[in-house]
Amino acid sequence: MALLDITDLNVSFQTNDGTVHAVNDVNLSVKPGETLGMVGESGSGKSQFSFAIMGLLARNGRATGSVRFDGQEILNAPLKTLNRIRAEKIAMIFQDPMTSLNPYMRVSDQMAEVLTLHKGMSKRDAVTESIRMLDAVHIPDARGRVRLYPHEFSGGMRQRVMIAMALLCRPQLLIADEPTTALDVTVQAQIMTLLAELQRDLGMAMILITHDLGVVASSCKQVAVMYGGRIRETGPVGPLFASPAHPYTQGLLHAIPRIDHDGDELAVIPGAPPNMTCPPAGCAFEPRCPYAREECANSRPVLEPFAEARSRACFVPLDDVLQYRLPRTPAPQHVTQGGQA
Amino acid sequence: MLAYVLRRLAVAIPTLLLLIVISYILMHFAPGGPFSKDREVPAAVLANLNAKYGLDDPLWKQIWDYLYGIVVHFDFGPSFVYPDLTVNQLIAKGFPVTLTYGILSFLLAVLVGVILGVTAAIWHNSWLDYLAVGISIGAQVLPNFVMAPILLLIFTLWYRLLPGGGWSFSDPTFWIMPVIALATSYMASITRITRSSMLEVLGSNHIRTARAKGMPERRVILRHALKPAMLPVISYLGPVFVSMITGSVVIDMFFSTGGIGKSFVDSALNRDYAVMMGVTILLGTLTILFNLLVDILYVWIDPKIRY
Repeated sequence: MALLDITDLNVSFQTNDGTVHAVNDVNLSVKPGETLGMVGESGSGKSQFSFAIMGLLARNGRATGSVRFDGQEILNAPLKTLNRIRAEKIAMIFQDPMTSLNPYMRVSDQMAEVLTLHKGMSKRDAVTESIRMLDAVHIPDARGRVRLYPHEFSGGMRQRVMIAMALLCRPQLLIADEPTTALDVTVQAQIMTLLAELQRDLGMAMILITHDLGVVASSCKQVAVMYGGRIRETGPVGPLFASPAHPYTQGLLHAIPRIDHDGDELAVIPGAPPNMTCPPAGCAFEPRCPYAREECANSRPVLEPFAEARSRACFVPLDDVLQYRLPRTPAPQHVTQGGQA
Repeated sequence: MLAYVLRRLAVAIPTLLLLIVISYILMHFAPGGPFSKDREVPAAVLANLNAKYGLDDPLWKQIWDYLYGIVVHFDFGPSFVYPDLTVNQLIAKGFPVTLTYGILSFLLAVLVGVILGVTAAIWHNSWLDYLAVGISIGAQVLPNFVMAPILLLIFTLWYRLLPGGGWSFSDPTFWIMPVIALATSYMASITRITRSSMLEVLGSNHIRTARAKGMPERRVILRHALKPAMLPVISYLGPVFVSMITGSVVIDMFFSTGGIGKSFVDSALNRDYAVMMGVTILLGTLTILFNLLVDILYVWIDPKIRY
């Protein structure tokens, strides 16, 4: 049985410029202990998807659909119910460790309050346990540093503190929203290794939200590719990376700079993500898609299974996508024009 | 930290001296003098008066004598207009009154302002928010010289509940109207600053973290949001506190409270040099002290600030 079951999740925001449809018709499930990678470029709705699960949407945000955790409906659940699940069952770490810790509280106080509140521990026991957790995320001299304030730690150390704080109650699911984006490359690798190690030790499931495909390749089992608030392709990480079945996935993989390839030009996907205030009637990727055909502009493809554990949302025949080698230069002019017609 | 405070206090002394010298020079060059009246004073009388108060000395000697009096004897000299009163006596008489209603107004403005501001921010865009903003705008457009006569009209003339003027340290009914009239517009500003700063803090990443940790909303606000939200409020409160406890001429006029606010304005109008200087120095000293206090409060709230 799935630990987390998401059906028809939609997230929209009321703004002065109209309704922004950030997440549309997302269906996903995460099994206990499994790692799901969620990739997509900035603005594709990944973060709002994770906030919706935790009930952390901004005040003008509205989520519909269903999110069941361990069989219990948690989408739009009362705050009281959510507060018993947050940190205890589902924990979250955020993109920016510089601002996500409270700069006005000692690390010991920020960490201990999780345990005093959820586990009813005494302050003294809670601090002891916090120190043990800081040790577990390899913070040197945790006992000496627990009384410090966040700004007295480096970026990587702060993200370790964040992780330690998230794992205090040994949650069954960790949502990591771009945990390494704000960190430099060597620290990124350390944090990912640490997460994998802790995940194994605690047996928890993880949703890893990132735009770094390298991170996904090395740490996830399942991948969901998101674009324009919709899932475009899902599948096990190996086959998905070896033979991407959606033009967008292909474009993303193609845009990774590779050290073993010649040429100094970096491949890009031409164009920009769609404006989610008025999402296109057809496929949101159509204006940027090198394969776009007439039907793409008019009707919206739905996610359909096409191979063992894999599905995609695209009208272009699978063989065409798999055979075609994406050009290094931007898409030919006539394709773009055809798309607009 | 102690070294920092001592250093700041050491800097305060030359600052105050400079304030005194500049004020004295400005006052000296302002047209008119304490003895220029509507009716011409005979030249001989004027010369005698100037000699008695030392106004015929060269400017540097006047300033030197004045400073000497303050530093050595803590004597701010006699009033030029009320010959039987010294400045020390005038301040000793008026300042306790001003201090009393000033501190009470300050507490009222802070208490109501912060509560309204926080309420408005928590229930942003709800009727509570609109009510709080409405009250704040209402209080803002009612300056104390409008507020005071309205209060007098309602509570003294119509309902005869409160005394319409005067001051008594033993009877708090004298305090109520001056305190409310002085507090309203400050309360409005405090509400606005608290609301916008609280809104900003509630939208910040570390508040999202606190919520993700399953903290109850009350704890999120009281333990995580209130402290940072108070930073801009506190920097506003330092100078506000000084201007509140140094009194308001409007309050002293409408309610005949006899505070130093009125003495200050009278002294400027009458060219009562000594009283004017005395009140200026009092104001300057308090301003320097409370700015220092605000800086110390900042260290206490924000651990990133170190001196």
